Amino acid sequence: MAMLEVEDLNVRFYTDDGVVRATNDLSYRIEAGERFGVVGESGAGKSVTSLALMRLIDEPGVIESGEIRFKGENILEMDDEEMRSLRGNEIAMIFQDAGTALNPSYTVGEQISEAIRYHLDLDEAAARERAIETLESVGIPSAAERYGDYPHEFSGGMQQRVVIAIALSCDPDLIIADEPTTALDVTIEAQILELLEEVATEYDTAIQLITHDLGVVAEFCDRVMVMYAGHPVEMAPVEDVYYDPQHPYTVGLMSSIPRIGDDRERLQTIPGRMPDLIEMPPGCNFHPRCPYAEESCTRVEPRLVDVETGEPADPINSDAQTAACLAHTGELDGELDYEVTVRGEDGPAESGPASGSPGVTDR
Amino acid sequence: MSGSEPLLRVEGLEKYYESESDFIDRLLGRQKKVKAVDDVSFEIHEGETLGLVGESGCGKSTIGRSILQLRKPTAGSVYFKGQDITTLSDSDLRDLRKEMQIIFQNPQSSLNPRLTVNDIIGEALDIHGIEGDVSRDARIKDLLERVGLNASHANRYPHEFSGGQLQRIGIARALAVDPEFIVCDEPVSALDVSVQAQILNLLEDLQDELGIAYLFIAHDLSVVEHIADQIAVMYLGKIAEIGTPEELFAPPQHPYTEALLSAIPEPDPLWDGDRILLEGSVPSPIDPPSGCKFHTRCPRVIPPSDYEFEQEEWRAVMSLRHRAREEDIAVETFDDGAPMEALREELDLPSTLSDPEAERVVQEALRSVADEEFGDAESLLSETFDTPCSTDKPVLRETDAGRVACHLFDPAYEAGPNDGTTTGDGPAAGSAASGDD
Repeated sequence: MAMLEVEDLNVRFYTDDGVVRATNDLSYRIEAGERFGVVGESGAGKSVTSLALMRLIDEPGVIESGEIRFKGENILEMDDEEMRSLRGNEIAMIFQDAGTALNPSYTVGEQISEAIRYHLDLDEAAARERAIETLESVGIPSAAERYGDYPHEFSGGMQQRVVIAIALSCDPDLIIADEPTTALDVTIEAQILELLEEVATEYDTAIQLITHDLGVVAEFCDRVMVMYAGHPVEMAPVEDVYYDPQHPYTVGLMSSIPRIGDDRERLQTIPGRMPDLIEMPPGCNFHPRCPYAEESCTRVEPRLVDVETGEPADPINSDAQTAACLAHTGELDGELDYEVTVRGEDGPAESGPASGSPGVTDR
Repeated sequence: MSGSEPLLRVEGLEKYYESESDFIDRLLGRQKKVKAVDDVSFEIHEGETLGLVGESGCGKSTIGRSILQLRKPTAGSVYFKGQDITTLSDSDLRDLRKEMQIIFQNPQSSLNPRLTVNDIIGEALDIHGIEGDVSRDARIKDLLERVGLNASHANRYPHEFSGGQLQRIGIARALAVDPEFIVCDEPVSALDVSVQAQILNLLEDLQDELGIAYLFIAHDLSVVEHIADQIAVMYLGKIAEIGTPEELFAPPQHPYTEALLSAIPEPDPLWDGDRILLEGSVPSPIDPPSGCKFHTRCPRVIPPSDYEFEQEEWRAVMSLRHRAREEDIAVETFDDGAPMEALREELDLPSTLSDPEAERVVQEALRSVADEEFGDAESLLSETFDTPCSTDKPVLRETDAGRVACHLFDPAYEAGPNDGTTTGDGPAAGSAASGDD
């Protein structure tokens, strides 16, 4: 049994314009200490997925069906009391915008020790001491002195460290990090990623990292799920996704990254944009933008299958590379005709201090 | 290319802001100046793109706005087609706006939500008195199609479009007056990667067709590299390095460019190159560091020639000096038993430095710090260990690959630091040139 198992999760938002299908039969698992990446464009359902894990979906949204099992217990069946003791304690969250995640009218120290007092039942002094230790562990200099400072007295990168400190304060088993570095400068982003990596290794914490930056995923994650229009379209260990992507959407995402030293005249793009989640195209949701789409793609909705065997995927028990494309079930006449080129070396299997990196060209 | 007068020439541009202060501060002349842009010069030729890169607060957006005279520069000149536009009257400026336009980062907030696309683009035509009513609609349709939008959407409002489409409308509005020069202020930062690629391609196509020159402001080097003919890297209001992309990414590189480049996350799970992590964050522009503004974070800061430092040791000593200056060491929180050890650990100083003489000085400085005599520690360190990085301002110098403002590549400092007159202790050949490539 994995630490976290999500099975057939369906989240719906009932709006005046219609029903938004934010996630559709979403299944995945995260093992203890694992770093799991969730990638996709805005509106793919990444953030809804993480809010669902914390049961933070608000009106008009509902978790319509599915199970979210944390250490074997379905958190969708917990009462509010149980849920409160889970949030911030065993599952913690890091938000994108530290400026709004912190309460401007409390000192940062108070915001950290509040969670400690509540969950760990420590007295004021002990909670303060633990909060200072946590601040130190996320690299805030003169932690004891800064305990009494307010959020606005910190820079953006330092605020994000405080948010990470809050998440770490009760030694959680799972951290959900929703675009933790998107709002930061690239040199600060590198510092924060290194910090997350350090603490994840030190405390053996599992991390679900949500991001649209494929560079961050490559650097940080063990396994990746690529989402499109509320569906998982590809799920695999990170090397497979980067060196041997099996879904045209993954290919499109990879090839639209501008790269240093790249001499392509034009960047590859994915034409069009993500469909409206209220009126999704029939068949494969990606077919209007897919360069390999055929007639059958407009009719048949592809299931997530093992790309080797074509058998239905079992994301909860298996690590195999899976993708949701008709090409893998033999229902496509043509082939996915693209080529992965790895720069600066002979093959992806070769390791070492190479500057090589995959780039995908579709023809 | 370089023989003729460039389309745009910026010379010694400065933009200072007064920091917030109360009445008494003003009375006593205690206001402080924020040097947002400090003596910046560059040229942009017809149909070319200059990329301007740097972290938040480095002054890149201020430059864009100062060029368009949306913010009056404090000093310096901006020549557009040979004419200094900083001295123009308001009505002349208004005419000039037909030739210079801007695209903003966030299209949601830069397009009026109460106007239809037709009016948003048409407004530009009306203000500048371009075309009569008959061809106005035709012109707008043409513009929409040119930026890849459906002409039938002209009567829709901004909220009916996605972020990428809104950015296309912003581009159409800038194109409406047929400009020769557009400031693109982070036009793709708010967009998804696939949409970002669409917009970058569109901007390039428009440049090829219409010969527009761009000043392309961004914080992402990989985006700029793709679109720019020249790139300028900025740090705290100054240009650290400028050159073509090839020059910028080839040595000699400014240590800041090097760090920025290495910080870009590599989309390759098996990549295991060394990442340069910069310490701390950008210092406040109100009281910027002396000499080279990057010296407080530079991993390759030049060690003094009369001592033998390892590069990391020297970096740690410089950080101690910087933090003593900022009084940013909370001494009272350190363990009473062994404050020295705790201090050294906090500052990443090894337990003993390789040079015994330097070790003696650093110990003395640490004792001052432990007694909270920060001023003593700082002056001791800066008097004993002199580095050109904290005393002399680097200027942009021509190198084999681009122009770089760094003492590492200045022959005057090659044999270690000296202050112009050769007082140096012989050719100590400080580890200046042998940084950690």
